[in-house]
Amino acid sequence: MTILINSASKIIVQGITGKSGLLHASQCRDYGSNIVGGVTPGKGGTTIEGFPVFDNLNEAVHATGATVSMILVPAPWAAEAILEAADGGIELAVCITEGIPIRDMVVVKRYLQDSKMKLVGPNCPGIITPGECKVGIMPGAIHKKGNIGVVSRSGTLTYEAVKQLTDAQLGQSTCMGIGGDPIIGLSFIDVLKLFNEDPETKAVFMIGEIGGDAEETAAEWIKENMRKPVAAFIAGLTAPPGKRMGHAGAIISGGNGRAADKIAILTKCGVTVAKSPTKIAEAMKRALNMES
Amino acid sequence: MNIHEYQAKEILKAYGIPVPSGRMVKTVRQTQKAVEEIGRLCVLKAQIYAGGRGKAGGVKKVNGSLHACEAAGDLLKKKLATVQTGSKGLAVKCLLVEETVEIEKEFYLSITLDRRTSRYCLIASAQGGMDIEEVARVSPEKIHTIYIDPFIGVRSYHARGIAIFLGLKGKIVEDCVKLIQNLYKIVLEKDCSVIEINPLAVSKAGKLIAMDCKINFDDNALFRHPDYEKMIDVSQLDPLEIQAKKLDLAYIKLNGNIGCMVNGAGLAMATLDVLKEYRGEPANFLDVGGGASREKVAEAFRIILKDRNVKGIFVNIFGGIMRCDIIAQGIIDASTGIACNLPIVVRMDGSRLIEGKNLLSQSGLNIETVDNLGDGAAKIVQRVIKKRKVPIEKQL
Repeated sequence: MTILINSASKIIVQGITGKSGLLHASQCRDYGSNIVGGVTPGKGGTTIEGFPVFDNLNEAVHATGATVSMILVPAPWAAEAILEAADGGIELAVCITEGIPIRDMVVVKRYLQDSKMKLVGPNCPGIITPGECKVGIMPGAIHKKGNIGVVSRSGTLTYEAVKQLTDAQLGQSTCMGIGGDPIIGLSFIDVLKLFNEDPETKAVFMIGEIGGDAEETAAEWIKENMRKPVAAFIAGLTAPPGKRMGHAGAIISGGNGRAADKIAILTKCGVTVAKSPTKIAEAMKRALNMES
Repeated sequence: MNIHEYQAKEILKAYGIPVPSGRMVKTVRQTQKAVEEIGRLCVLKAQIYAGGRGKAGGVKKVNGSLHACEAAGDLLKKKLATVQTGSKGLAVKCLLVEETVEIEKEFYLSITLDRRTSRYCLIASAQGGMDIEEVARVSPEKIHTIYIDPFIGVRSYHARGIAIFLGLKGKIVEDCVKLIQNLYKIVLEKDCSVIEINPLAVSKAGKLIAMDCKINFDDNALFRHPDYEKMIDVSQLDPLEIQAKKLDLAYIKLNGNIGCMVNGAGLAMATLDVLKEYRGEPANFLDVGGGASREKVAEAFRIILKDRNVKGIFVNIFGGIMRCDIIAQGIIDASTGIACNLPIVVRMDGSRLIEGKNLLSQSGLNIETVDNLGDGAAKIVQRVIKKRKVPIEKQL
């Protein structure tokens, strides 16, 4: 079954006429995703590279039956795009956009409390179910169908991890980037719950980084609830405190959010932690009790 | 984005929150004038982008303009190192001269983002003037926190609850309510990621007054506030970091000698971790962005090379859908332009990898390509160390 998306998912792209919107809509289609059209206000009724364009999301949903939206709208308007998706009856919104202001996301997150829509991101690479469907900007070719669920706060570091898993013949059920911002939709725990219930996922690899305490709370949840092996890597062991390391959420503040503390708690809760980003597949194999 | 205390206090004042009367000065002469206007007893506060100034000698009480001039002369020559600045410290280029206030009681008040609840949270404590993390650790019962629902904001009953928790009584309670509501208004209208008044004092005259204030703006919201740019004090920032920011590159200067260029923040952090694992010392963190263009790669390279400590460069690009030949061309553009002969190790992954590798190997530059992260880190560390060990006469 795999989580959240599969070959039957009908996907709309918000911001499809932008440069990256169009590029990634096409790349997703090439991968086999069922991209049914896009939304750009003011460009409704046209088509672009074969994609029908709609003026607003409601119209797009009515015409196409889409239930998933990939959002590549520039940061100043991205929060509004997420709200529009929630109001338009979208079930899953994947927001790739980086740089949405905190104040905007506080409101979005509050609004989604009363909505059925799930949000992935923002500031994330998206989701891929290898061989079936890709809703995101990740390179499809490095993935391989299999049984490892991957969940990550990062983008390119996830590609690094996936490539190592694929090279080691460890295919993936679904890979998801949950985003590098301080306010995001689905959390590590939300995704771990989905993997826990997914019959096609046998084990999970989790990629965290400095800042916040999402890894710590996930570790405690894993200890109490996870029925499948989990391995992890935490980036930023050598990061200086007080500096924002690229991602808006990657900052050690007031002695909190350090990688060493996250690693210690994960290990204590039974997660196999890769000591180096070069040993991701090895850690996954150890968690699975395979020879590495 | 950081601003100085005097700038934060100007914002408070504009929103009706009382602050001590004061003036920002840049010279001893201006200090003298300020003291003559404000009164004999003043406080001089070094303005730097870091906290912990008091303990580091950055805050001085003075009595009279002569004393003030002496103290100002001393502070303005200084690089102030506090627990937050690192050992090098930050240059003191301006001071805030303020009237002294006789204080009855001190509190702590702040609004910041709470990541767990995805809401702004208002934190109050009766332990003013202390490090709030320390209070939270030692006596958490002395802290009161409200998680603000953005749909209703901070209502007067919320704020009154805080005032009562702080032990205020009488007319001052309503002053406190107004102050707290205005503080939240600042957060929203100015897009603050942190606003902190520490201490918030009750003066002997029975008035609330913000003795110190720190404001950080949300970097993601700067597009809404074009006026913030002129508030930046470049003397407080690393010149390379400023230049990188203009080019929209995430660059942080570190103390080592291996320059790093990576796409994506997570991978960039992981790359620094691997270099350290192989006993290398990274000179910087640099994220060229997920979809690095040829121009961006070239600009990033130029910035790395401006750091004189750099003795070798490690490029780690996991492109995926990015073309390796474009990345290679960016590296060649930059290094040829400035005749760089430092060892460069490039790890690339993505489309047109062979073409990219060929371009690099035919460039005549001192570039080696590797196929994975571990090999790359090992190679660059080895080459930088080897370079260092070559005796000086042989280098000549």
